[in-house]
Amino acid sequence: MKRRARTRRCLATTAVLALTLAACSSDGDGGDDGRVTLHINGQPPGTDERELRVFEAEIALFEEEHPEIDLVPHEGFMDPETFHTRVAGGDLEDVFYVYLTDPAGIIEQGYAADLTDHLDDVPHLDQVRPELHEVFQDEEGRQYGVPTANYSMGLLYHRGLFERAGLDPDAPPTTWEEVREASAAIAALGGGVTGYGECATENTGGWHLTAEIYSTGGGVAERDGEGWRAAFHTPETVRLLENLRAMRWEDDSMGSDQMRSCEDVMVQMGAGQLGMYLGAPDNLPTLVRQYDGDYEDLGLAPVPDGRGTLLGGEGYMINAGASDEQIEAALTWLQWRFVNPDAVERRIEEAAADELPVGLPTPPTPDIWVEGEIRESVEALKERHANVPVENVRPFMEGAPTVEGRIEPPRAQEVYAILDNVMQGVLTDEGADIRGLLDRAEDDVNRVYGS
Amino acid sequence: MSTPTARRRRLGEHVTAYGFLCAALVVFAVFAWYPAVRNIVLSFQEVNFVRGSSWVGLENFRRLLDDPLFATAWRNSALFTLYALLLGFGVPFVTALLINEFRHARAYFRVLVYLPVMLPPVVVALMWRWFYQPEGGLINEVLGTAGLPTPEWTNSSSTALISLVIASTWANLGTATLIYLAALQTIPGELYEAAELDGAGIWRRIWHVTVPQTRFVILMLLLLQVIATMQVFTEPFVMTGGGPEDSTVTVMLLIYRYAFVYNDFGAASAMSLLLLVVLAVFSAAYLRVTRGQQK
Repeated sequence: MKRRARTRRCLATTAVLALTLAACSSDGDGGDDGRVTLHINGQPPGTDERELRVFEAEIALFEEEHPEIDLVPHEGFMDPETFHTRVAGGDLEDVFYVYLTDPAGIIEQGYAADLTDHLDDVPHLDQVRPELHEVFQDEEGRQYGVPTANYSMGLLYHRGLFERAGLDPDAPPTTWEEVREASAAIAALGGGVTGYGECATENTGGWHLTAEIYSTGGGVAERDGEGWRAAFHTPETVRLLENLRAMRWEDDSMGSDQMRSCEDVMVQMGAGQLGMYLGAPDNLPTLVRQYDGDYEDLGLAPVPDGRGTLLGGEGYMINAGASDEQIEAALTWLQWRFVNPDAVERRIEEAAADELPVGLPTPPTPDIWVEGEIRESVEALKERHANVPVENVRPFMEGAPTVEGRIEPPRAQEVYAILDNVMQGVLTDEGADIRGLLDRAEDDVNRVYGS
Repeated sequence: MSTPTARRRRLGEHVTAYGFLCAALVVFAVFAWYPAVRNIVLSFQEVNFVRGSSWVGLENFRRLLDDPLFATAWRNSALFTLYALLLGFGVPFVTALLINEFRHARAYFRVLVYLPVMLPPVVVALMWRWFYQPEGGLINEVLGTAGLPTPEWTNSSSTALISLVIASTWANLGTATLIYLAALQTIPGELYEAAELDGAGIWRRIWHVTVPQTRFVILMLLLLQVIATMQVFTEPFVMTGGGPEDSTVTVMLLIYRYAFVYNDFGAASAMSLLLLVVLAVFSAAYLRVTRGQQK
C-alpha cells in the first residue's frame, strides 16, 4: 500500500513538472483551412472599456470582410523593457506596434520584415506624408513598416491661466522670448502656478531639447561621410538654453522641482497649475481622460520659433519571421484599419457615439495625409463632426503645414540620455556653464556615433 | 552487506525525495544557473536575437571602458555604498540598542521599525520623491516652518546621492535592526552585571560587552550590506532617473540602460559580469566569515 502511495506521489510530481514545462512551451499556431493567422498587438487594456469595444468591433468587421484572415489580438502596445526579450523568446506578434522612436533600431537589428516589394498594391499608402514613411526606411530606402499616426510637437498651453494672467489665449507665444514673457506673467498669479514646464528625466529632457533645437532651425546630428556627428553646439542652442535658464533662475517662473518626467508635467497641466509645455496633440485626450483636464481649457499652438518640429507618432511593423502570405495579410489589415479614408466617416461617427474626442489631429483622424483630396475630405469630416473645441487647436493645425517636420537623430535614446544632462544642468544648477555642458555633450555624442 | 531487494526498497523510499530534489534542481538550473552562464556567454558576443549572435572577444568591455558613464556609475555606486555604511550601518545598531533597553512595548517598537520593510520598494521611492520636493515636499515644509534652510535634495547634483541613501536606509533598516536585536538578546545578562560591578558606564558596556558579543553579526551584516548596496537600482531608477547630470547613475542603472534603453545586451552582460566579479569577492569574504563562525 505504502509503495503504491509513493508511486502515486511520484507520478503526480512528474505530471506536475511535465505540465509546468509544457505550459512554458509555445502553443504553436498557424493557419487552418487555408486561412492566414495573424497575431497582432495594439489591443487596448480591459480597463479602457470604450477603446476596447471599438477595437473589438473593428476586428470583427475586418474578419467579416476578409474571411481568409484570422486575427489573434494581443493586449498592449510597445513596451521597450520587454520587447527584446519577447523577440528572443519568439513571442513577438506578427504585427507589432512601435513609436516613431523605435524603427531605426529595430531595422538595424533585423527584427522587422522588409515590406518594400509588397507595398505597390497597397491602396492610399502613397498619400501618407513621405517624412513619416522615411522613419520606417533604411538608408537604401527599403521600407519596414507603416506609419499610422503623427504627433509633431507644438506648444501646449492652458487657456484659462492665459486669461487669468491677462494674456490672449487666441494669440499664444510664437517665439521663445514670448514664451518667457508669458511664463513670467502666468507664474505671477502665485498659488503654486508655474508658467512653463519641462520634462527632464528618463531621456525626456534630451527628447525635449532636441525638439527645441529643431524649433530654432538647428539639428542634433549631421552627416559626416558615412557616419554621423553632433551638430547641436551652435549659438542658437546657447541662446535657447540661456532663455530657459532665465525662465528658471531669473524669472523663477518654472518652479523649483525640475527632476520630473513628462507625466509629472501633464499632471500639473491637468490640474490647471501649469501654463505651457512642449507637447504633441495626443497629449490632449490624455490630459482630459487621465489627468482631469478640460478641452475648453487646453490650447495647442505651433512650436515656438517654428523653424522645424520633431516628428513623433506611431506605426506598425511586421515580424521578420513572417511568411509572404502573412505580410500580405498584415498589410491588408494595416491599410484597412489605419490608412483607410473610406472608413473615416464611419469611425468618426462611432467615436462620437462612444463619447471619444473627434476634431483633434489624433485617431480616428490622425494627421498623416499629404496635402490633397484625402486630407481635405478628412479635415472637412473632422470639422463637421467635432465634439471638442477645435478652435483651440486651430493655431497648431494652421501652422503645421509650414513647420518642417524632422525625424529623430540616429541612436536617438543614447543621444537623448546625453542631452538629458544639458537640460538637467540648466534647470538644477544656477551657475551652470552652458557652453561647458554642450562641449561635454558634443564629445559624448560624437563618441556614441564613432563607436 | 545489503541485498539487492533491500537496496531497491531504500531507493524506492527515496524516490519522492529525489523527485522533489529534481524539481528544485530544475528550477535552479533554469532560473538561476542557466541565466548566469548565458550572461557570461553574452558578454563576449554582439547580441542579435534574430540573426544570431557573433563572438566579439573583449569588444564589449572595451566599449564599456570608453564610456565616461562607466567610471561615473562605479564611483556613484561606491559612494552610495560608503554613505549607506556610514548611515545605514550605525542607525540600525543604535536603534536595536535603544529598543533592547526598553522593558515594555519592545514588540511594539519592533513592529514600528520593521514596518517600512513591508512597503514595496517602488512605493517607498515614490513616497520619498514627494518628501524631497523642494516646494510642497514634506521635509522642506517642516524645515521651512522651523526656520531652517531647505535643501534642493534630489534636484541638485550635490545632494541627490545622499538623498537616495537616506531613503534607502529608512526603507531597509528594519531587517538589520531585528537581526541586531536578536543578537543582543543572546548576550548573557551576567556579562553586563559583571561590567556594572566593575564600574563600567553605558559606553564602556557597549564597547566591551555588546560589540565583542555581536562582532560576528556586525561583520555578516556589513558584508551583506555591501553586496546589497552595490546593486542599488530602485531608488535612482524611480526617484532621479540617474540625474541630475548623472550624479545618481549607478552600476545597475547603467546595466539597465544598456540592456533595455540602448538594446545593447552584450555591453549590459559585460557590465553585469564585472559587477559579479566584484560582488564575488565580498561573497567569498561572507562565506569565509560564516564558515569560520560555524567551526
